[in-house]
Amino acid sequence: MKKILSCLFTASILLVSCSFGQSQTSDLLLVSTTSTQDSGLLDVLLPAFTGRTGYYVQLIAVGSGQALKIGEQGNADVILLHSPAAEEDFIAQGFGIDRRLVMHNDFVVVGPPSDPAALRSQPELDSVFKAIFSSASTFVSRGDDSGTHVKELALWKNAGLNPAGEAWYLETGQGQGATLSIASEKGGYALTDRGTFLAYKTNVNLEILFEGDPFLLNIYHVITVNPDKFPNINLEGAKAFTDFITSPEGQEIIAQFGVDKYGQPLFFADAGKTETELGLP
Amino acid sequence: MTEIFNITLLSLQVSAVATIISLTIGLPFGTWLALGNFRGRSFILSIINTGMALPPVVVGLVVAIMLWRSGPLGNLRLIYTPVAIIIAQTVIAAPVVTGLTAAALEALDPRLQQQLLGLGASRPQMIWYLWREARLPLLAALMAGFGSVISEVGASMMVGGNIRGQTRVLTTAIVLETSKGEFGQALALSALLLVLTYLINLALTWIQQKGARR
Repeated sequence: MKKILSCLFTASILLVSCSFGQSQTSDLLLVSTTSTQDSGLLDVLLPAFTGRTGYYVQLIAVGSGQALKIGEQGNADVILLHSPAAEEDFIAQGFGIDRRLVMHNDFVVVGPPSDPAALRSQPELDSVFKAIFSSASTFVSRGDDSGTHVKELALWKNAGLNPAGEAWYLETGQGQGATLSIASEKGGYALTDRGTFLAYKTNVNLEILFEGDPFLLNIYHVITVNPDKFPNINLEGAKAFTDFITSPEGQEIIAQFGVDKYGQPLFFADAGKTETELGLP
Repeated sequence: MTEIFNITLLSLQVSAVATIISLTIGLPFGTWLALGNFRGRSFILSIINTGMALPPVVVGLVVAIMLWRSGPLGNLRLIYTPVAIIIAQTVIAAPVVTGLTAAALEALDPRLQQQLLGLGASRPQMIWYLWREARLPLLAALMAGFGSVISEVGASMMVGGNIRGQTRVLTTAIVLETSKGEFGQALALSALLLVLTYLINLALTWIQQKGARR
């Protein structure tokens, strides 16, 4: 019995040391939003980065709210996300440095092909949300403080409406992919980034019903966690990642991603541009 | 506050119903496995014992595929409803109750059966007596079944959808608050879940031990 126990003990020590053995100084902890992971972009971008620089990236994909909290506690080296206002707060509070524009995609309003609220015929963004509200059509919200959820709340607010608590307003508290599946099953509308929608399109019974408003741009920045606040972070790795993702090589990967599969790019490479150039105030 | 109360109530209702269904399936089935003497019995037991370790996400995935509109049971319109969570949790808890019931009855002295039948007990009477004899491990089976579902999150998330006010339960609410970075809220909900689980197990243990002293 003793022998068996000591064997088991040795085996577990070996297993543990194997699984942690990889974490050398060349590891980089990246926190990103679920939308970049769901779209599959990071599956292409990260191996290219590792191949170029030798840094092995550990990816944590969470909602933007949690991503910033993780950064505030110094549990990340570099953050890639799309909540511009919250990001500026994050920088202002001294948690992050070196914020750079990486790319954008856009939000679209999707819904069942039958389109009960007749969104296809709406001329502008506000009237889209008014039509959903007045027809009390099912709307499936992320409800998780993510960048997409924050954007959706701003859209309701701009239209002068408050859907909270309405029976047709469902909050999933889950990622974009799960939210699209639920919208599809419930025959409801949803706000989604285009990338995730194109990636999920074949699995859901939803169509793009409204798109193209400048307010629907979804802009991604990369931020390095402030090494003055958290000396343990991998600053060199973070800089290498930031440089790579904004380099011509990284930008080319972003611009080409999805073209072969969907016939259109999922993201637009924007390194070096300003937000004003993207048509934002 | 009322929202937390409703989430808690839904958690308890869903898991209690799933546990009761698991008991009505697992108790007879486990008994049949323990007392039976037929070909393939060990094979079925090995399947059940594997089932006791079924990963909730796998159960969630399979149940979701069945219940999707495009799936074989799609017409029932059950996906993303509390009923869907009950179905998934029953699939998780039933093998636990079945396996532990079989183990509890197999641990009894095999001569007890012969003796009871020899004394003129009918088969239902004999089984009733065996259940009474094994009531301590049987209650443990019930607790393990309940514990396995009140604490699982993977299946509830996948088939329930964590929809606010409809299918959000304590565990999925904890995942949500964590994903929002609201660690305080998440910890408070975790504490609530632990206290509830403790109280239920305290009650069951009390019943169990009362039975033991008799």
